[in-house]
Amino acid sequence: MRDTTFTPGRILIYLAVWSLAAAWLVPLAVVMLNSVRTAEEIVQTSMIGWPEHWAWDNYRTAWADFCVAQTCAGIRPYMLNSALVSIPATIISTVFGAVAGYAVSLWRFPGDRWIYGVVTLGLFLPQQMRLLPWTIVLRDVGLINTLTGLVLIHSIQGLSFTTLFCRNYYIAIPRELIGAARIDGAGFFRIFRRIVLPLSPPILIVTVIWQFTHIWNEFLYGVTFTTGQQQPVTAALIALSAAVADVPQHGVQSAAVMIAALPTLLVYLLGGRYFVRGLTAGAVK
Amino acid sequence: MSETAAARRPKVFGLVRRLPEHLTIWLPLLLAAGHIVSFSLWTLWVSFTPSTLLPEFGWVGLHNYTAVLATRNWRIAFDNLLLFGSAFVVLSLLTGLGLAILLDQRIRGENVLRSIFLYPMAVSFVVTGTVWSWLLNPGVGVQKFVNDFGWMSFRFDWLINRDMAIWTIVMAAVWQSAGFGMALFLAGLRSVDTDLIKAAQIDGAGPFRLYRRVILPTLWPITVTVVVIQLQFAITTFDLVRALTGGGPGIATLLPALVVYDFMFQRGLLGRGAAAAVLMLLTLLAVLLPYAAWRHVQARQAARA
Repeated sequence: MRDTTFTPGRILIYLAVWSLAAAWLVPLAVVMLNSVRTAEEIVQTSMIGWPEHWAWDNYRTAWADFCVAQTCAGIRPYMLNSALVSIPATIISTVFGAVAGYAVSLWRFPGDRWIYGVVTLGLFLPQQMRLLPWTIVLRDVGLINTLTGLVLIHSIQGLSFTTLFCRNYYIAIPRELIGAARIDGAGFFRIFRRIVLPLSPPILIVTVIWQFTHIWNEFLYGVTFTTGQQQPVTAALIALSAAVADVPQHGVQSAAVMIAALPTLLVYLLGGRYFVRGLTAGAVK
Repeated sequence: MSETAAARRPKVFGLVRRLPEHLTIWLPLLLAAGHIVSFSLWTLWVSFTPSTLLPEFGWVGLHNYTAVLATRNWRIAFDNLLLFGSAFVVLSLLTGLGLAILLDQRIRGENVLRSIFLYPMAVSFVVTGTVWSWLLNPGVGVQKFVNDFGWMSFRFDWLINRDMAIWTIVMAAVWQSAGFGMALFLAGLRSVDTDLIKAAQIDGAGPFRLYRRVILPTLWPITVTVVVIQLQFAITTFDLVRALTGGGPGIATLLPALVVYDFMFQRGLLGRGAAAAVLMLLTLLAVLLPYAAWRHVQARQAARA
């Protein structure tokens, strides 16, 4: 399969593709190296350089010590906030999206096409169109500036993607299978548990990875609906940059950036194949 | 009478028995669909009211729209969107296609390379925007690095240059999302009919002609999809600009999404903010409606064939 001859043309191709790959890795390499350099060292030279003294302490400071807006607890509380939003919202939107996708793909009920069509419109509706109504709804139900509010938003909005993913996957299950099970007396939930769910792991992994990555990385709702100690880590990073703008702490900031990026990077490294499938599945809407 | 009661009971009974499944089907779907429809109409309605800090009743017609369109912020943001949108889409398309073609040459380590070009997609724009803001900052980034090597006159200060700052956003956005185009194009390249390629090779087509005449023409439906998705991203870009330039220097890199946020939550002009959000939606529809029509025609042609 792989071509093993090295003609000049092929050497050129390898050279091109690997130099591009190296360029793509520059930002990651820079932030990794800076996360173990001291602020003084970075100011004296530049962001691009090899650590002279490995300042592993940056990670401890970034995790538990530095100050954002009068609170000196590091990035830890904001990481916890992001986890407390991303994990429940991922589970809720995936579970309900799977059931809804199952219902619209394998069952007929009045208005099914119509409602599915509207739900998928949610993929295209910009967040800016929902910002104001969400503000008012969250305020009226007393969830403004709470993590529960963010969970609510992401659980509901995530349904557009999760329903689409699962529906497109379940549509390939032969209807005869469902029909036979119904003749045997199996109902909606039993067919889901016994037939559909055992076939679902691949699409559920895709959906979970997609939802988790998106919710963890989300910024606009986090910065709009929460303040101070309630903010997710993306909003806290911006607040941190603003707080240290006068005396940049590039070493500690780099460590904070690394910590904030780690969960989704790990998910990507472990489930890359499923991540790409989510990307391409989302593209063929 | 007894007959109708007997007929009705099982039906009511069945409905109650099946209540859990109706609830699990309808509740999430209705919440999702309901919020999409009602929130859109809600924002649309607010855009026609004199709302400032709080939503107000009343009707001011298109006043908010004319007011938004007349602001310098919106004009700059929209000009930026046109420049950023076209430059970003073209460059990330070409980069993605180039990467896909390179990776399609039966290369060793293809999986590793693919992961490298796609990893930015897994990271938040806040993170990547922050890192780019350091690299592009002339005081600590690439410029300083090159200056330290002795090339003192080297300048790379786009980040603080009003005319060039928008290109830093183009750069970071292309770096972040070229891998997406690559993944889709690569899938497309892999699904080209091998008989077609063999036939062209037997006819004596070299690699360049093979790509130009045989392979690339089959990719254009994917190209349209990639362009539309990248345009959708460009029109709604917010996080990247907030982290990279903050809209600056001055207001040189504003984009519509930042103007909406500014009107709604910094100036407390909800009516204007809502009007700006609707203008964003209209921009998006100008891209999506032709795309939907095209998809519809394609599907009908496929059904007929």
